[in-house]
Amino acid sequence: MAILEVKGLKVYFHTRNGVVKAVDDVSFSVDSGETLAIVGESGSGKSVTCYSLLDLLPKPPARIEGGTAFFDGEDLLTCSPDRMRHHRCNDIAVIFQDPMTSLNPFLTIGEQLIEPLIYHPDKSLIQSRSKARERAIQLLDEVGIIDPDSRFDCYPHEFSGGMRQRVMIAMALITKPRLLICDEPTTALDVTIQAQILKLIKKLQQTHEVAVIFISHDLGVVAGIADKVLVMCEGTIRETGNTDSIFYRSQNEYTKKLLAAIPSGPKKLESRVKPENLIRVSHLKTHFNDYSKQKIDGKYSQIKAVDDVSLNISRGEILGLVGESGSGKSTLGRSILQLVPNTAGIVNFGADQLTGLSPRQLVPWRRRMQMIFQDPYASLNPRMTVYETLSEPLLYHGLANRENVLSKVSELMDEVGLARGHMRKYPHEFSGGQRQRIAIGRAIATKPEFIIADEPVSALDVTIQAQILDLILDLVESHNLTMMFISHDLSVVRYISDRVMILHQGVIVEEGKTEELWANPQDPYTQNLLRSIPIADPILERARIENI
Amino acid sequence: MFRFALGRLFQAVPVLLVVITVTFFLVHSAPGGPFDADKAVPPEVLKALEAQYNLDQPMWQQYLSYLGDVVQGDLGPSFKYSGRTVNELIGAGLPTTAELAFYAMLVALGVGITAGVTASMRPNTMQDYIPMSAAMIGICMPSFLLGPLLVLIFGIHLEWLPVSGWGDIPGDKILPSITLGTAYAAYIARLSRGGMLEVLTQDYIRTARAKGLSEPVVIAKHALRGGLIPVVSFLGPAFAGLLGGSFVVETIFQIPGLGRFYVQAAFNRDYTLILGMTVFFSTLIIIFNLLSDMLAIWLNPKLRQEIRGSN
Repeated sequence: MAILEVKGLKVYFHTRNGVVKAVDDVSFSVDSGETLAIVGESGSGKSVTCYSLLDLLPKPPARIEGGTAFFDGEDLLTCSPDRMRHHRCNDIAVIFQDPMTSLNPFLTIGEQLIEPLIYHPDKSLIQSRSKARERAIQLLDEVGIIDPDSRFDCYPHEFSGGMRQRVMIAMALITKPRLLICDEPTTALDVTIQAQILKLIKKLQQTHEVAVIFISHDLGVVAGIADKVLVMCEGTIRETGNTDSIFYRSQNEYTKKLLAAIPSGPKKLESRVKPENLIRVSHLKTHFNDYSKQKIDGKYSQIKAVDDVSLNISRGEILGLVGESGSGKSTLGRSILQLVPNTAGIVNFGADQLTGLSPRQLVPWRRRMQMIFQDPYASLNPRMTVYETLSEPLLYHGLANRENVLSKVSELMDEVGLARGHMRKYPHEFSGGQRQRIAIGRAIATKPEFIIADEPVSALDVTIQAQILDLILDLVESHNLTMMFISHDLSVVRYISDRVMILHQGVIVEEGKTEELWANPQDPYTQNLLRSIPIADPILERARIENI
Repeated sequence: MFRFALGRLFQAVPVLLVVITVTFFLVHSAPGGPFDADKAVPPEVLKALEAQYNLDQPMWQQYLSYLGDVVQGDLGPSFKYSGRTVNELIGAGLPTTAELAFYAMLVALGVGITAGVTASMRPNTMQDYIPMSAAMIGICMPSFLLGPLLVLIFGIHLEWLPVSGWGDIPGDKILPSITLGTAYAAYIARLSRGGMLEVLTQDYIRTARAKGLSEPVVIAKHALRGGLIPVVSFLGPAFAGLLGGSFVVETIFQIPGLGRFYVQAAFNRDYTLILGMTVFFSTLIIIFNLLSDMLAIWLNPKLRQEIRGSN
């Protein structure tokens, strides 16, 4: 029996630039005990759909323009604020995407956990603090928080991302809801933590008998967890059906495009590796003072972000560097480019040594090695036009003069697939994918030999991600680039790299030719990492989950 | 926290030294002297006076001996109020000024936070525009205009409150406190509105609402703590400003506070009194800034633990 029945839901945002139809005529139903996945790229309206059910959208600008959402025979869209509080407290709970920002940093997690119980709108259901604490500790234990009794009084910053998400899950379950909305609950987490959290959600769903709406952009995750799938794009439903029929027998163009965009299998491009080392790193160490801990003998203890790493990159090679958050992969990249001071070790570029050079001496090398950063929203100066961003390195390194800089920038725009007419625009006027094209254009502007790409596609949607990866591969070939490609996403690394290194706590645990390493990982950490990757194929994914 | 405070106080020493040095030489280089008067003083009397106050010594020697006295907490004798020391004068005026500043601060916090939080709950509606426009007027309105205006309305026209005095008639503290506190109330209103608006868009506020908490609990428990941090950081400078800036209000309402000494001392070239007041207010500003910083740290659990860990 359907626990929630949504019909013709329309949510429009009334902005200064006109009306945005965020959700337009969306209908679906969820049965009790069932998992419905809502899949779509950013801006597809999947989160807005769910937030509108609980009246969590900022109004204005959002306005619900039509439709019904019956929960237990009561329309959630028109019910009174008191009834809405009742539903939020008793029936429907939400697990939000980012556990880092979704918990209040000023209150202990225990206090936040028991709030729904001690401030319950129904006077007869209000519990005493001590009773609520008991229940909270029992739930913390159930979601896998070790020593819940003493952790109860800790603040959110004392927990890791995965642990915070467990706290969020406990918080959602504390009122024994019948419908659980999970909004990208594992997107902000590492792949091994993601596997644990998904397993936990699945287990709790069975023991607590709740229906789940699971919002995700990750088709691999969806393949394993969903009973039914709803594909959304630009506010409308493109396709809906049970999981197997969506994945194996989809009739819809958009669904097919989504599935095709997932990087899968080995590298397509032929290897161009030459037997000449371009980058040689030996015994590189980058340590930072740990200011959060007490000084010992007048010295801070050291965070060993990069600890004795040696590696070579051949000319023309694409080296994939894989690691989870905090593994030191970004620091390693920056250390090689001399963007952070090296504690010990030597970095060689060709025959020349980079370590020990002064910033002034490094200038000519900066032209020859570049970096593409993760977040195209943060790494482009919002007050500079695309033209200014792209012309700056050209003029600085003397690769263009006032006369020909315009034509050089135009060529760059062509190369990264941006219309020349957009040259005078500012970064905020572009989409995420276009911004990353600008960032890539900036990196290749100086015709470098070596590029470090630090998670260049992590912030992008899957279809955009595929386009950017292809662009990077094209440029690597046409510019004869050598590249270190840093990522936490193993499928992407496999798709692009000739050779792979696995970094864990600042140390390389394993390296090898991509396909050899995939076929036969030796290190237990690598094995666990590879096992944790969700596969966008329901049958294989279910089998994978069974096995871990 | 203790070590943090100690470190900050240590940093204050060079600041105070610069303040004393600059003020000392500035005051002494101003034309005229403490014993200039309309009536010419006989040269031998002037000489005796200058000898008594060490003014006949070279400038650097005066400076060093003054520094030595300040270190011992002695701000020297007043040149104009004969027979009284600067320490005594400050001691006499401070309680009144401190009381006035305290009440003004209560007005500023009460009115400011209420207005700011109210406005932030419905941004860009009348509930926002009305208090914020009032705040703008409050910031623009100088106290020498607001004071007489309030006296005119509540003292003379309505005859509700006394027009001047301090502690003589019940209710005579109300108008001065409002006059002094208004500009600060307005500023605090803007700060708290800004802080609250930022916090209210945070994900954890959405989480709190999604849990089914009522709006008052969401505001009071989840939003206020983070939203008022800008106000907390402003408290230090504000309190120091209230203490040091009460001259106009004290004059309008005939209040025997510190402010009048400061201004009169400047006109009289009462070197030691000017210097003493400057040193005193600088110290207050440093201490109050430190206190508000410590409060801001204490309110943030993460910073609190980091400071504790570094001790």
